[in-house]
Amino acid sequence: MTFSRRDILKSLSMTAAAGSVLRVIPLEAAQYAHRMVKAEKAAADTHAYPPKFFSAHAYKTLQSLCNTVIPADEESKGAVEAGAPEFIDLLTSENKDYQLTLGGGIMWLDNTCRDRYGKVYLDCAAEQQKEILDLIAYRKNLKTDSSLGQGIEFFSFLRKLTADGFFTSEIGIDYLGYIGNTYLQEFPGCPPVPEP
Amino acid sequence: MQVKRTPKTYEVCIIGSGAAGGTAAKVLTEGGLTVALLEAGPSVDPDRDYKEHVWPYDLPHRGGDIAGRARRELNDEFMAPNGAWEIEGEPYVSAPGSKFRWFRSRIVGGRTNHWGRIALRMAPVDFKVRSHDGMGDDWPISYEDVAPYYDKVESYIGVFGTRENIPSAPDGIFLPPPKPRCTETIIKKSCDHLNILCIPSRLAILTKPLNGRPACHYCAQCGRGCKTASNFSSSQAMIPPAEKTGRLTLITGAMARELVVGKDGKVTAVSYIDKATGEERRVNARAFIVAASACESARLLLNSRSTLFPDGLANSSGVVGHYLMDTVGSDAGGYFPQLENMPAHNHDGVGGMHMYLPWWKFDRRNDFLRGYHTEFGGGRGLPRVGDYDDLCDQVEGYGISLKRECKKKYGTYIGLAGRGEMIPNENCYCEIDPTAVDQWGIPVLRFYWKWSDNEIKMAKDMQDTYRAIVEAAGGTFIPSTLENAAHPHGIADGGVIIHEVGTARMGERPKTSAVNGFCQAHDVKNLFVTDGACFVTNADKNPTLTIMALTWRACDYLLDEAKKGNLGA
Repeated sequence: MTFSRRDILKSLSMTAAAGSVLRVIPLEAAQYAHRMVKAEKAAADTHAYPPKFFSAHAYKTLQSLCNTVIPADEESKGAVEAGAPEFIDLLTSENKDYQLTLGGGIMWLDNTCRDRYGKVYLDCAAEQQKEILDLIAYRKNLKTDSSLGQGIEFFSFLRKLTADGFFTSEIGIDYLGYIGNTYLQEFPGCPPVPEP
Repeated sequence: MQVKRTPKTYEVCIIGSGAAGGTAAKVLTEGGLTVALLEAGPSVDPDRDYKEHVWPYDLPHRGGDIAGRARRELNDEFMAPNGAWEIEGEPYVSAPGSKFRWFRSRIVGGRTNHWGRIALRMAPVDFKVRSHDGMGDDWPISYEDVAPYYDKVESYIGVFGTRENIPSAPDGIFLPPPKPRCTETIIKKSCDHLNILCIPSRLAILTKPLNGRPACHYCAQCGRGCKTASNFSSSQAMIPPAEKTGRLTLITGAMARELVVGKDGKVTAVSYIDKATGEERRVNARAFIVAASACESARLLLNSRSTLFPDGLANSSGVVGHYLMDTVGSDAGGYFPQLENMPAHNHDGVGGMHMYLPWWKFDRRNDFLRGYHTEFGGGRGLPRVGDYDDLCDQVEGYGISLKRECKKKYGTYIGLAGRGEMIPNENCYCEIDPTAVDQWGIPVLRFYWKWSDNEIKMAKDMQDTYRAIVEAAGGTFIPSTLENAAHPHGIADGGVIIHEVGTARMGERPKTSAVNGFCQAHDVKNLFVTDGACFVTNADKNPTLTIMALTWRACDYLLDEAKKGNLGA
């Protein structure tokens, strides 16, 4: 989007003056403005989230992993800014299976890092963290090292919940370019589809 | 405990407020009769209860509900309230070796709050299957009998579509259809290439204002309930006009337990549990319409045992609970690389498909009898929790590459869902479980289920067809993820398509059917069963429109009988 906040607010006030409530473009602008205001509020509201399930250490590990699974890049912020750790902690606090897979999984990761590198995951050097994650991020590694099964299972589930947390957030929805959840007078149909 | 009686006697008591019960309430009250309408759930207030336009991030669980229990489930946090596969305190049982799932809605309007709004007419041949292919039974009525009522229902509720003159998919009275989405233009092109019919769908969603309801605003969220009532639900389009007559008494939280029969063999009252107090109450009426959904209606009839009717009401034939059918369902999908390069655009549309594939192989011999239609959808929808599970498993890894791959693949999938006719068989039925009761003390249903070869062959044809369609469009076919020994060719378990019908079927002969062509019980003249229970077959047409048409027709008959003084007790 290339609208500035000022443009959007201006277009909104013009819409209101024109007395129309069901115009396509201004409403999409309204939606965008709404999200922008919310995002600003969220950014201003930086109080620490008290985890419901994870210990302080495990939650820090979860945040670090979420950030690694879906990091910020030049196009958008990442899973942590999108609230994925809070979302995962909330669901895990309510679900015994999640507690085993994710709570136990973080313990497994720390245990494995201690065995391999002599320290828990968060204290490992960046290249050590990358090494262990590269092992548990792919199912095919199970063929060469059967001791990775639990880690692969854990990381696979964490990846899905991180994707959930990111892609259902304002940041993630904007990143994907979803446009909708609004009021249209007519459905415009499909812009031309490129040939396969 | 003393049973509380309402001293008043209504002219008609209707049990259930969904597609059948709501239609009956409207037609009968507008016809001048006083009606008591019983609903097992609460009333619905769209402003309070519908989550229309709520973003996933507005909810702490993002739609996945407590403990993530609605993750990838039909009834997520956004869905219209009180529709569920399991209701606490109101269980049902699958017999050993059978798997049946039963979606129930305990709320005014019933499952019309949740349904897909797909409103298809049965074709003339669908009423006369035995005459056509020798299997199953013909209906005692024909398309010509029902057609005027399809007209009435469509004119009143509003259905969009186009006139196509296809024998397997009769035209109706249609509002204009919405323009196709990108996903639909791709499938249409592929179907044209393969000589498969692909036409605008027929959904009960208003594309023009109708009967006081405004047109759709294209947010794609019909399943959440529509605050503007631009899609059809009984709660918003049938009950309000009935209430306006001043002749409707709506009783919510009323769990019907038994129909009470007088000495003359007619029903005199329905006994129900008032869920708020746990007390048993009765409503007296001169005629009764059972419209609680096919299986719930069968349950009520079977639980209404008396000296006169020891096997349950309207069941001297023994057919009640039998001939249970669902729709044959098998799903597949495809990934379409051409959609990767689509510019971001509003893809929402109505809450359902803008185009569909009616049954197109009606003019040839196939590996199976009967037919199926195909529903499809996909594209750039509002993201939901669980949407990225499959892609995460496929891409694996982490980091910016994973993030970018998810964005690249966003909106590039189309799912195709076959919905076909099941032929009733002796292994599919429900009965009263000999031991279990629900929390109201009412004996519960036990289900038996087994698909026959015809359905499995049909599911295979669906998978083969969808592969051809996807590949002809330049996509990569994704077969059913359900495919395994218990689900050959991805055939869904019984009940999963939520089209249960047939458990109190109509027929000319009292020995082999429960009700006549006007949905009137052969054994009990002041009793009507007008929901899906009365179906003789379950054509590949989603049953709701036909339920409403049959109910309207039965109610016109009942009004006529009332005028003649034949109403009943």
